[in-house]
Order: sequence, then structure tokens, then C-alpha cells
Amino acid sequence: MKGKATFSNKFLPYLLVAPQIIVTAVFFVWPAVQAIQQSVLRSDPFGLRTTFVGLDNFRALFADPYYLGSVRLSFLFSAAVALTALSVALLLAVMANKPLRGAKVYKTLLIWPYALAPAMAAVLWLFLFQPSIGILARGLQDIGIHWNYTLNGGQALLLVILASVWKQVSYNFIFFLAGLQAIPKSLIEAARVDGATSTRAFWSVVFPLLTPTTFFLVVMNTVYAFFDTFGAIDALTKGGPGKATETMVYKLYVDGFKNFKINSSAAQSVILMALVIVLTAFQFRFIERRVHYL
Amino acid sequence: MRRKRVSRNGFAHLILIVGVIVLVFPVYMAVVGSTHDAATIGRGRLPLTPGSHMAENYVQAWAYGTGERVSGTPVRTMMANSLVMAISIALGKIAVSILAAYAVVFFRFPLRMFFFWLIFITLMLPLEVRIIPSYKVVSDLGLLNSLAGLTLPLMVSATGTLLFRQVFLTVPKELLDAAKIDGAGPMRCLWSIILPLGRPSIAALFVILFVYGWNQYLWPLLITTERSMDTIVIGIVKMLGTSESLMDWNLVMATTVMAMAVPIAVVILFQKWLVKGLVETEK
Repeated sequence: MKGKATFSNKFLPYLLVAPQIIVTAVFFVWPAVQAIQQSVLRSDPFGLRTTFVGLDNFRALFADPYYLGSVRLSFLFSAAVALTALSVALLLAVMANKPLRGAKVYKTLLIWPYALAPAMAAVLWLFLFQPSIGILARGLQDIGIHWNYTLNGGQALLLVILASVWKQVSYNFIFFLAGLQAIPKSLIEAARVDGATSTRAFWSVVFPLLTPTTFFLVVMNTVYAFFDTFGAIDALTKGGPGKATETMVYKLYVDGFKNFKINSSAAQSVILMALVIVLTAFQFRFIERRVHYL
Repeated sequence: MRRKRVSRNGFAHLILIVGVIVLVFPVYMAVVGSTHDAATIGRGRLPLTPGSHMAENYVQAWAYGTGERVSGTPVRTMMANSLVMAISIALGKIAVSILAAYAVVFFRFPLRMFFFWLIFITLMLPLEVRIIPSYKVVSDLGLLNSLAGLTLPLMVSATGTLLFRQVFLTVPKELLDAAKIDGAGPMRCLWSIILPLGRPSIAALFVILFVYGWNQYLWPLLITTERSMDTIVIGIVKMLGTSESLMDWNLVMATTVMAMAVPIAVVILFQKWLVKGLVETEK
């Protein structure tokens, strides 16, 4: 961003940034400000009177066992989705990075689920696990497992995790494979010449070099598990049975659009914003570090 | 030694084949489901091989979307809605990002850094966290059930601008200086020099954004209340409703297969661009 300007027009640059700035101001800054404002207000049910209540909405949330439950669930769910999707993808990427016959075909066959919405992934798995018509559900019942995710909260959570992981593996695979391909072969060969087994060479040479990719993916997968899985939950369980799959974002949606608790849901928005900002800051620190090294 | 290598690769093949099977199986079963009649699926003993009702299921889903126990919007309508939405989001975001990045890289003007940071901040907050106030803004502007309301808020994002900024920074200054000496103005330079140079990045971003747009869920769910505006992803979930066993699963699956076909085809056809684009936007 250094150096002299190429062009010296006075008004043209403003005209050029205007579309993005206007869209950002109207659909990003303004709503974000409103969320913060709403989160410290309380309106009566008819919307006739609004009073300033400070942090009361937040206090109420943190005293609400359902909200705390959804927080706990979100973290558990994200950890499960991110860890599983990352490990499976890393294993597949390491294998696909070997000089195999048909490696290209494997890559294509592993990448395409990137194209699917989480809700679509959920529909596919629903068809397999629907308690009375799904063939995998029937298979489970045949071996004596009482499979009915519409009644069993644990099973519902498991199914949402499965569908969310299934969709995310290919995204991680793309990045891990790119990361692996960027590692000079000579480094690994040097380790092998020194007598390291291929497992040892992986953990002490390859994996540390993948750290930037892994770190980036941990952040991306957490964001994915927190926000993008809304569609999967809505298609599969609608947050139920009970509140077994009601994550923070799903609760925000239910409170805001079904229960019309505008102020409480605004407070929930603000909490999520804070969370995302922490995550992003985390990511930037690492990007900065990497730029420094390169 | 040679033998050992073969067995090692055999292990790699095994893992990859298992991975591919797990990924492909649900889609295969959806295809199978779309070729049987509702009764066969409803009995809960769906065969593992395709049946003989493929043509009628697809015609029914495509033209009517409604069966005996499911009411939906015709796939052709939903498909058109999804296409319009995905293409508008992709093209709109690319256009907006290119202009902004061009201004930030090649001009110096007061507030330049302020604008840059304002754009940059949007990286942070996904639409989902500010969903209710965003909905209110769109509804106050009278944009519910409109293409503008559906797509404009999704064009707020820094990724495109940051990507193009990165690309533009690598353009040699001499190139633009030469064009300036030949009498080209800034817009002419953008059109004849910068855009052709940025074409690979534009293509890559288009693939990513098309898939992103096609797969939108929460936002269209809120903004469109008329069934004629249903996108295909929303439409399928609406068809499912409470996902009873006695339902026209054959039609749901035919719709699902058609809904998946478009983005999967885009990803496979433009795989190279997609991978390049994803890995580059990360930087």
C-alpha cells in the first residue's frame, strides 16, 4: 500500500468505493449498531414503550439455564465437528498426496461435497436415518439399536454432527492437500535418510510445517460449526428433541423470529459478535506472524 | 523394498476408497430413492439398486413439485430462483469488490484507509449474528420478497475486495504508466489492463461465490415468504416438513438430486479455479 498514486482524480475514487461502502453501511454497520442498541433496551410486548435497562438482558441470559445449555452445546458441537472434520480430512489428504495411480480421480471424488449446502447434506442423511424408512436406521434397528433421533436427543445430536462433518471434510481436504503440496519433498527425504520412519517424518517434519494451514482451518471450522450448520439443524431436528440440538445461533433464530423476544435475541447477537471478533483477532495474530516469516 | 511400497500404497488406496464411498453413498441412495415409487420407499425396504420410476418422478418434480402427500413448488421455478440469486450475488459482489479494490490500490484520497478498514471489518461478522436487525433494515426498506433484499446484504464481504487488492498490487506500475502516456484514463486502464490481468481471479471467485449463493439458507428463509420465490434448498426443507415416513420421498429425492446437480457440476468442471481461488482468498 506504499508508493505514489497512479491516478490523481479527485472524485472518481469515491465513486468507485461508493457501492461497497453504501452496501456495507446499510446492511452491515447499521444492523450491527441496532443490535447493540436493542440489547440494552426492553420493550413491552406491544412495542409501545421502550426503556433502557443497561446490561439486564445479558444478566437474564446468563441466569437462564436454557441459554447456558445452548452455549455448552455449541462449544461441544463445534469441537466435535471441527476435530472430526479436520482429522478425517488430514488423513485423506496425506493419502491423496502420495504418488498413486488415479490420484486425480480421488481428488475430484473427494472435493465435490464442497458444493453442497449443510441443509442439503442434512436431507441426504435424513433419508438414510429416518427411523421408519431410512435404510441405515433400519439396519441399526435390525442389530438391536433403538434408533429414533426424533425422540433421542443424543442420537439427534450425533446425526447433526455427522451431516455437518460429512459436508466439511472436502473443504478441509482442499486446504490440507494444498498445504502438503507446498512442502518441499527434499525435507521429507532428508528426514528419511536420517533414518526416520514415515510416521515419524510426518509428525516431526510435515505436521509442524502444516501448522499455519491447520490453524486457519481450526478457525474456519469453528465458524462453520457455529453459524453455517444452522441449515443442517433446521432441516434435521429444528433444535429438538427438547433442546438437544439448539445451538446458540438456532436459539437466536427461535427467540427472535418465533418467540419475538427482540431484546433478548439482540443481546444474544451481541454475545455472538464478541465471540466472532475474538476468533478473528486470533486468526489475524497468526496471519501477521506468517506474513512476518515469509 | 518394492513389495513394501506396494503394500503401503495399497493402504493409501484403501483409505481413499473408504473415504470416497462414505462421501458418495448418501448421494447414491438419493439417486436410488428418486427412481422408486413412494410406496416402495414408505415400506422401509428400499433396494440398493435403481428402480423403474425415474422418468415420472423427475417429470413430476420438475413440472409440479407436488405429489399426493407433499406439496411443493415446481423444481423449474425454484431452480430459476436459485440460479438468479446465485448469479446476482456472485456478479454483484465481484463488481463491487473490483471497483473498491481498484480505488484503494491505484488512488490516494482522504479517508482511503478509513474506507479500507470499514470494508475489512465486515470480514468479522457473519450475517447470522446480525440477522434480526438486518431483517428489520430490509423490511423497513420494503425489500422483503425482492431480489434486492435477497442478494444485497449478502454482497457485504471483504473477501473479494481483499483478494482483488492482492492481485492489483502485483500489477507492474510501468504497465499503467505506459497506458497513461498513450492517453488512457483510469476507467480505460481498469477495463483494458486490470480486468484482463485479473481474469483468473475473477473466474475463481465466481465459482466460490456461485456455490455460496446457491447454498444460502437462513437469509432466503426469512426474506422470502412467497412460495413462488422459494430457492431450491429452502424448497426441499419445506417439502420435508416434519419428515413423516408416509411422504412422497421419491419426489423429495428427485428434487434433491436436481438441486445438487448444479453446484456439484460447477465444482467439478471448474475444480482447478475453485481450489486456486479458495487457497488464494485465505492469504
